Amino acid sequence: MTGGMREEAIDAIPLRRTGRWIAAVVILGLLALFVYGAATNSNYEWGIYRKYLFDQRISKGALVTIELTVLAMAIGIGLGVLLAVMRLTGNPVLQGVAWLYLWIFRGTPIFVQLVFWGLFTSLYKHLDIGIPWGPTFATFNIARVNALFFFAVIGLGLNEAAYMAEIVRAGILSVGEGQTEAASALGMSWGLTMRRIVLPQAMRVIIPPTGNEVISMEKTTSLVVAVPLSTDIYNQQNQIAGVIFQPIPLLLVGATWYLAITSVLMFGQYFLEKRFSRGASRKMTARQMDQMLGARSHEEMGA
Amino acid sequence: MTDLAKGPDSGRPMVEALSVHKRFGALHVLRGINLTVQRGEVACMIGPSGSGKTTLLRCMNHLEQVSGGRLYVDGDLMGYREKGDKLHELHPKVAAKQRRDIGMVFQHFNLFPHMTALQNVIEAPTRVKRMHKAQAVEEARKLLDRVGMADKERFYPAQLSGGQQQRVAIARALAMKPKLMLFDEPTSALDPELVGEVLDAMKQLALDGMTMVVVTHEMGFAREVGDQLVFMDGGVVVEAGHPREVLADPKHDRTKAFLSKVL
Repeated sequence: MTGGMREEAIDAIPLRRTGRWIAAVVILGLLALFVYGAATNSNYEWGIYRKYLFDQRISKGALVTIELTVLAMAIGIGLGVLLAVMRLTGNPVLQGVAWLYLWIFRGTPIFVQLVFWGLFTSLYKHLDIGIPWGPTFATFNIARVNALFFFAVIGLGLNEAAYMAEIVRAGILSVGEGQTEAASALGMSWGLTMRRIVLPQAMRVIIPPTGNEVISMEKTTSLVVAVPLSTDIYNQQNQIAGVIFQPIPLLLVGATWYLAITSVLMFGQYFLEKRFSRGASRKMTARQMDQMLGARSHEEMGA
Repeated sequence: MTDLAKGPDSGRPMVEALSVHKRFGALHVLRGINLTVQRGEVACMIGPSGSGKTTLLRCMNHLEQVSGGRLYVDGDLMGYREKGDKLHELHPKVAAKQRRDIGMVFQHFNLFPHMTALQNVIEAPTRVKRMHKAQAVEEARKLLDRVGMADKERFYPAQLSGGQQQRVAIARALAMKPKLMLFDEPTSALDPELVGEVLDAMKQLALDGMTMVVVTHEMGFAREVGDQLVFMDGGVVVEAGHPREVLADPKHDRTKAFLSKVL
């Protein structure tokens, strides 16, 4: 069969994809028209956009937005893992409490929850640490704490935990039963099995939706005005816009900052996904290839 | 049996099942199992599917809790603590400690896919026994060499064939220096041409004097390596004896019927 066949690489003439080219030209043309229109439309007020893009109030707001995102997600992920594990234990009380938590925090709007946290000090004036009906060891005056930022983080974080719990639970359930059995058979405890065997494998399933949640959280921080906290990007640009009566360029300034932060987050997610995909592919790495080729040439030399 | 296996405790059997029962709800899977496996012995369990072989094996390292009778491994009652005439359920930590010394090899290998072959082998020694990593790696390399996998230590399970994965799984179980090795149909999920390499590794282990309980359909292995052949059906041991005798001259009709189908 291979008698007349040559062993060279095939050099075929590529297929012409005319339709693809036409579509690309039309879409690029429309995009160019839109950009041209926006650039020449004086109502966009690009001068004001440039003036306020790096305004200190906005960049400070960006810092607040990032802090809110990071702290709220830390609470969300930590509490989410705890709730997911609670739902997967055999203990009906823990399962019930986790379910109740999800029911309430997923069942009410985040905006309503944030307003509630803003009113928290009307319900509770101070926090006592001690034995119920017994002595009190310490008292915190909640009303005196720099409460707005604190309650914004709590409000966003507790809401997020309800969503993260389901993401983590799905990840844990995606790891086969054989894995926990193998770990048990080796004498590993339940906690060790979770930490070393189950959760690292669950991460592959958990990370993509969690990346989504982080990006979603970054933008949800604009709702903290409900607490009411007004030091984040959205509310900072809104205040400036209110003073100079220029909402459009300042909204664009805010949008630019959100987009920039999101881009950095997406970059981070890419590396995390790569880190936790170890063992998922059959492709060999360079080191593995070396090990195998090394072994083979060794055999040949020995033979 | 080699001399290696005849320690000072050779009087006490490694596995002793006394009228063991196991129920899953209404399902009565084991109905009074009596079985003794001596030190250094290789016991092969055969029987139709649903006969309870795998369940009995899983009871031996407490992956399943016995619901009646007594099951001793190396003199330890599995799954319970005897206090007077009462049995107390074991704390999970104590049960985990019992399992450390009992190796298990699964039908579907169950290697940890996010770890390389070497990492799979050193995981339990370093995390459970808190062995130093350098020492664990050194011992793991010897074990991987013993099962012919020395050149694949950096490979992830997905990059290995079924036979190679099962050999790594054997090395992983051996890394805990078990006194007893349990094999649950170790070659049933393999392509026919890969069965031999796994059986060879197991044969070598048997020659080194390891006590082994093997659920298998490989009659050739049972005849060649086994010291005892146990035929189970319907949750009871129908017949047990030396493999050559049982295979050549089965006493029970059910054994005869089963063997006529598989031989």
